[in-house]
Amino acid sequence: MKNKEPLILVVVVAFTLLTYWLVEPFAHSQMHKHVESENFAYADLPAFTKSGNAANGKTLVAGAAACTGCHSIDKEGMPAAMDAVAAAQSYGVNPPDLSDAGAIYAPKFLADLIKNPAHALKVEHKFDAAKGHMHPMVAFYGAGGDLDQEVADIIAYLQSIAVSQEELTPKVAFENACGRCHSVSYEEWTQIGTKPKFKHEKDSLAFDIKVLEYQESLTKYMGKLPPDLSMYIRSRGEHFISTFIENPQNHLAGTAMPRVGVTAHSAEKVIEYLEDAGDTKRHERESVGRDVMWYILIFAIFAFLWKRSVWKELH
Amino acid sequence: MAHFTKATSVKDWLNQRLAIEKVEKVMASEYWIPKNINFLWAMGMVLAITFALLLVSGIFLLMYYNPSVDLAFDSVNYTIMREVDFGWLWRHVHGVAASVVFLVIYIHMFTGIYYGSYKKGREMIWISGMLLFVTFSAEAFSGYMLPWGQMSYWAGMVITNIFSLGGLHLDGLVEWIRGDYVPAQAFLTRFFMLHVLLLPLAIMGIIGLHFAALRIPHVNNQDGEEIDFDVESKKYLAGDKAGSKVMRFANDFMSKDMMVVGIYLIFFFYLVFFQYQFALDPVNFDPANGLKTPAHIYPEWYFLWSYEILRPFSVNIGLIAFGFAQVIFMLLPWLDRSPNAVPASRRGAFKIWFWLLLIDMIVLTAMGKLPPAGIFSTIGFVAALSFIVLWLVLPIITMNEKKV
Repeated sequence: MKNKEPLILVVVVAFTLLTYWLVEPFAHSQMHKHVESENFAYADLPAFTKSGNAANGKTLVAGAAACTGCHSIDKEGMPAAMDAVAAAQSYGVNPPDLSDAGAIYAPKFLADLIKNPAHALKVEHKFDAAKGHMHPMVAFYGAGGDLDQEVADIIAYLQSIAVSQEELTPKVAFENACGRCHSVSYEEWTQIGTKPKFKHEKDSLAFDIKVLEYQESLTKYMGKLPPDLSMYIRSRGEHFISTFIENPQNHLAGTAMPRVGVTAHSAEKVIEYLEDAGDTKRHERESVGRDVMWYILIFAIFAFLWKRSVWKELH
Repeated sequence: MAHFTKATSVKDWLNQRLAIEKVEKVMASEYWIPKNINFLWAMGMVLAITFALLLVSGIFLLMYYNPSVDLAFDSVNYTIMREVDFGWLWRHVHGVAASVVFLVIYIHMFTGIYYGSYKKGREMIWISGMLLFVTFSAEAFSGYMLPWGQMSYWAGMVITNIFSLGGLHLDGLVEWIRGDYVPAQAFLTRFFMLHVLLLPLAIMGIIGLHFAALRIPHVNNQDGEEIDFDVESKKYLAGDKAGSKVMRFANDFMSKDMMVVGIYLIFFFYLVFFQYQFALDPVNFDPANGLKTPAHIYPEWYFLWSYEILRPFSVNIGLIAFGFAQVIFMLLPWLDRSPNAVPASRRGAFKIWFWLLLIDMIVLTAMGKLPPAGIFSTIGFVAALSFIVLWLVLPIITMNEKKV
């Protein structure tokens, strides 16, 4: 009698793969909107071509543009006017420190942001100046010269003080771009900074109260408390997070989450940070996986040889 | 009292007390298996190995899991996945095995249906097998609650809610099952108990019954051949290993079991390390939130076909159809009226019935996951109706089957 096993195997594998394809790739393609990456090109924003003068930018930042009225630049010894909790009570969210902004955000985004914050952030549905809903960041209308040149100078200054692309760590990218709204409890990150290890419970609770106060302002500002991102790399996946950061409106029209304007490189760093938080053991999984596959392969070969030697006598 | 002599060896000492030689014969070397079987007959061993993987990985997970609504999610996703050495490995093994075990169960079940292995004295094998399917389903569902993610919570909500639907209106029963008005601490703790104690005990007991049910009727074979096991085993023991139609369970059949297990484990560990998303649903990596319903709530893939039988009808008819789907497989040995215990390929109309049922269940599975709208809800409705019709016509087509 001829051996039917190869045919049976083909039938079993074919039905299994068909079922898998139907309930996984196919079903998910029908359930979720697919958003293509735009490669962080920000094509809707005007091109940024002017080269700036960092020295002039420095004068503007502290002077006519009044950036430091709200933003700190720790690196240059310019501290914040208020602590995070008080700042959030005033603005809704703590304005970011600008030390590394030049490395994290795309220049064309920064240029548009300085001139028209709600437009660059894609929150004009929420902050409509005509209706009197002003974005807490005041637009820069120029210091008397060529506005675009002045903006370019400011950006040149921010780039001159920022870390280089190679030095930009996942932690710095995340904390700047996402961390003032999102906590990551698995990394001890709160919206007001990494929670220190306190010796006394009283100090720990005092810190928690500050976080709660900050979150109260933030909730009022955003409509709801932005979610903790500890497990987002597993619950949303890299593609979703990356395209969501690029333009939240593409996924969730009307969301209060602003477009944060990171460069493609910073977005990768943000993803890496989330992988370190929610998929910590991925490298170990790959290396252990390879070893186990080899081990099982050798086991299967020995099992096959054993079967062959036993069955030799049966035929 | 039995007569004991001074033991000549450790083996003899044990033999006098435990009859280990006899046990070994009954369980292994003189447990006779037909030779004309294919690799589908190794699915029992594959299931036993998968169950062992579930048990061992489950024991490791149990050491760190915390069944409290405030801590469960973090004990799984932080403590086990980040802090505990190889905790992630145990979780992935446990999650993937829980899903793959159903794939193998379905293959095992459809093998039984195809070869008529529920007939002529093998009814108890089928029934105990279906009881295992039911207990494994309960085990899978209760285990799915434990990480206390969004899908745990909402699946728990939707499934327990079934009893309150339509004409049933058993709201009191729903509250009794949940121990609360909504899934909360009482719900999590009792499903934890079910998952780690009561259901595993039941499963192990029924596995014993399933094995015991095989002893007297013996394993079926792929040709529907009636084998005289006494004659054939004597032939084997007399030295005519090649001429006998049967072989020892161990090491003869065991060696083939292990070969299949080896190939299966390559597939299994590939899934564990490189393709695990299908078994660890992304939605369940969001912590449970009773105020935020996920956009799509769907069961794990192995429940989708019966979920889809519930869904396309009006509430009361859906509940009846769902109840029908839960018990109908159990009745197969009596619904199949044909005396032929041969492969479906030789049974005329039954052959068509078999493949239609298989395809129908795959269609139901796919539609059970897809949003019930437009063409998908029409396909789902037709497939659900077909499922019921297929089972209703089974006695008729098998009654008219010619004896082969």
